[in-house]
Amino acid sequence: MNRRSLLIPLGVFGVLVLVLAVGFTLKDPHLLPSQMINKPFPAFTLKSLENPNRTLTEADIKGKVSLVNVWATWCANCVIENPELLRIRRETDLPIYGINYNDDPAEAIKWLAHYKSPYDFNIVDHDGRLGIDLGVYGAPETFLVDANGVIRLRHVGIVSREDFEDKFLPAIRSLTQEGAGS
Amino acid sequence: MIAELGHFCLILALGLAACLAIIPALGVRLGNESWMRLSASLPIGLFLFVGMSFACLASAFLTDDFSVAYVARNSNTLLPVYYKFSALWGAHEGSFLLWSLIMAGWTLAVSLFSGALTLDMRARVLSVMGVLSFGFILFLLATSDPFERSLPIYPSEGRDLNPLLQDFGLIVHPPMLYMGYVGLSVPFSFAIATLLSGRLDSAWARWSRPWTNVAWSFLTIGITLGSWWAYYELGWGGWWFWDAVENASFMPWLIGTALIHSLAATEKRGVFKSWTVLLAIFAFSFSMLGAFLVRSGVLTSVHAFAVDPERGLFILAFLTIVVGSSLTLYAVKAAGIKSVAGFDFSSREMFLLANNVLLVVATATVLLGTLSPLAYEALTDGRKISVGPPYFNAVFVPIALLLFAWMALSPATTWRRTPWARLWKRQVPILIGSAIVATALVWLLASFEFVAIFVVTICLWIVAGLLLDVARALGNKRDRIAAFFRMPLSMYGMWLAHLGIAVSVLGIVTTIYFSEEKDVRLEEGMVVEMAGYAFAFEGVTQGRGPNYLSDVGKVRVTRDGKDVVTLFPEKRRYMSGGSVMTEAAIDPSPFRDLYVALGESVDNGAWAVRVHYKPLVRWIWWGGILVAFGGFLTVADKRYRAIRVKRAMAVGAPA
Repeated sequence: MNRRSLLIPLGVFGVLVLVLAVGFTLKDPHLLPSQMINKPFPAFTLKSLENPNRTLTEADIKGKVSLVNVWATWCANCVIENPELLRIRRETDLPIYGINYNDDPAEAIKWLAHYKSPYDFNIVDHDGRLGIDLGVYGAPETFLVDANGVIRLRHVGIVSREDFEDKFLPAIRSLTQEGAGS
Repeated sequence: MIAELGHFCLILALGLAACLAIIPALGVRLGNESWMRLSASLPIGLFLFVGMSFACLASAFLTDDFSVAYVARNSNTLLPVYYKFSALWGAHEGSFLLWSLIMAGWTLAVSLFSGALTLDMRARVLSVMGVLSFGFILFLLATSDPFERSLPIYPSEGRDLNPLLQDFGLIVHPPMLYMGYVGLSVPFSFAIATLLSGRLDSAWARWSRPWTNVAWSFLTIGITLGSWWAYYELGWGGWWFWDAVENASFMPWLIGTALIHSLAATEKRGVFKSWTVLLAIFAFSFSMLGAFLVRSGVLTSVHAFAVDPERGLFILAFLTIVVGSSLTLYAVKAAGIKSVAGFDFSSREMFLLANNVLLVVATATVLLGTLSPLAYEALTDGRKISVGPPYFNAVFVPIALLLFAWMALSPATTWRRTPWARLWKRQVPILIGSAIVATALVWLLASFEFVAIFVVTICLWIVAGLLLDVARALGNKRDRIAAFFRMPLSMYGMWLAHLGIAVSVLGIVTTIYFSEEKDVRLEEGMVVEMAGYAFAFEGVTQGRGPNYLSDVGKVRVTRDGKDVVTLFPEKRRYMSGGSVMTEAAIDPSPFRDLYVALGESVDNGAWAVRVHYKPLVRWIWWGGILVAFGGFLTVADKRYRAIRVKRAMAVGAPA
């Protein structure tokens, strides 16, 4: 066997590494593609956590650009996320709607009393149906919904201050400009 | 404290791995014998400390210590205790700790059972394994520490193990698979050590063979279990999905299969030496590539772990260093290797070479199908394509069929020279006989399907060939029964493994061609008929498990008015994750499975129900088990025991 042909395996491997490296750097694994982007928020008819006599539907989250946050009392990361949502609520006029996901409503009310509620209202998704319609992976997850009730952005995991400023704010700005222009 | 102890043990293990990687190899270089001898003791310490670290994490799981972030993410107080334990390897960090433990275990095994190796060879082999252990443990500590605490706020309840993984399959599938993946590091280390020493004789092939067979058999079991698990747990009724992660385990298996055959030729005849070394390098490289694909998030898959770019980068760098330097070493050293023995064009050597080429081409098609979406995305700025079963059916299956036919013919060949005329004279009647029986069987029992008849023909050909092989081996012995038990175990191993493949393929082709399935909307009291069975839907009730609520359907199956079985397909909703899981109900039997899965509730009491009739589907996994059993059997062969006896004598002699 001649010397040059012995280099072939190394060459093939080199190409392979190149493909892997390029494929690897191109992709931001935190960017989960969602089927729901630019689709209307799924229809639902569910009770309000704060007022069990009130029934909420998808019409209730239309009208203004808003955040819809999926959370639960069993979700440890939701505790960590809570202060940032409170800050957003305090410092912006963005409504935040909660989806209390797969949870015990009584526990959820206690949780909100303890950690303070950043939410305008909470949708009780007791059996997780709405979560399934939204394609939720787990809690927390946050959706940006425009004034027409169309989902514009999806964020999996805790929304940090950086996430909000780098990801959500630019999207919100362009949405409000769109709204002003039309 | 336990978690910190585990972390500390892992750091100590890292230090020991570093010592193992450096000191014995340096001893070889400097001719220092006591340094070389450290290759016997360091693996013990390495295994001990990784083992303690593993035990610490296990105890954190069993005591519900949710201050450990990894435990909180993957366990729950409601989880049954055996799932709490297996949840340890339910996600990335813990499963890699298991991987490292198995790596340390193989290292220890090599150091214990390699007494007959020369001291410098043993030092080299174990140093290579030390390098690998070092890389794996460093990866754990640097990017995937399973002992990280989430203090001061920690949850009082864990997030629960992914319901898909709450299953017996998960308890056994990953450990078996990792035994295989990591076990391939042994022939790899032997190959590298041989290249380093420059003494590429057939002795290294004899040393590598039992290790390769064991690792490959574990891999076979792992893949078989994975397929079985996918069949009953994913609720789709399929048994193989050409999913990126399945492919990641299938590629080292294919290369490992080539390696086993090529090692046989190298040991027995001293041929294909450099090719075998290359295969040994590739087999383990594919294991590591699999680890990269699964753990870096470059490919999306049902099995993919939570993704973190840092991890992918680390594995890619480690992969590049290990495989790149191995192949460079190969390019430099393999030029000096010469095969001594000559052989005819028509000979067992040639048949094995062709088998190797086919296996490597098959692996290349799988690799291409697995990576092409990635390459496409890179070339087109992020447009996604998926390469699914259509590609693999069109490209892989023909090669596999060719390989399969080859398998029927090859055992009949002889080393050095196989006269064509004699081969044909013996094989053609068997082939014709098999074809007639296959046509009759398939036609009478099912329907005239050309491909099915073709495949069944080859299956019968293989089995008939094996039986003739056994008969011939015993034919000239006087006491045939005694001879049957005195045959070398490695022969039985080979026969069983080949028989297993035939059984598996028979199951595959029957399942593909003669399965029936229906998706129907059923109201209470409705009946659906399939393959002679009547499935009566008797409604849905509510049930409750330890950590889930469920809808339980009741389906009564009858045949000709007689009760066969009552099946209870379930749809479970897990309380803490909210995920919904389909638990199919299966009535297994040797010749057919009846499979019922509950879909969505449609409207006023009606449910979508999927019903399957799957003939011979079990044979797929029985075949896999036979193959693995055959592989294990070869290792128990006297030849390898003889080596151990020789060692015992060598130890006793100097005294």
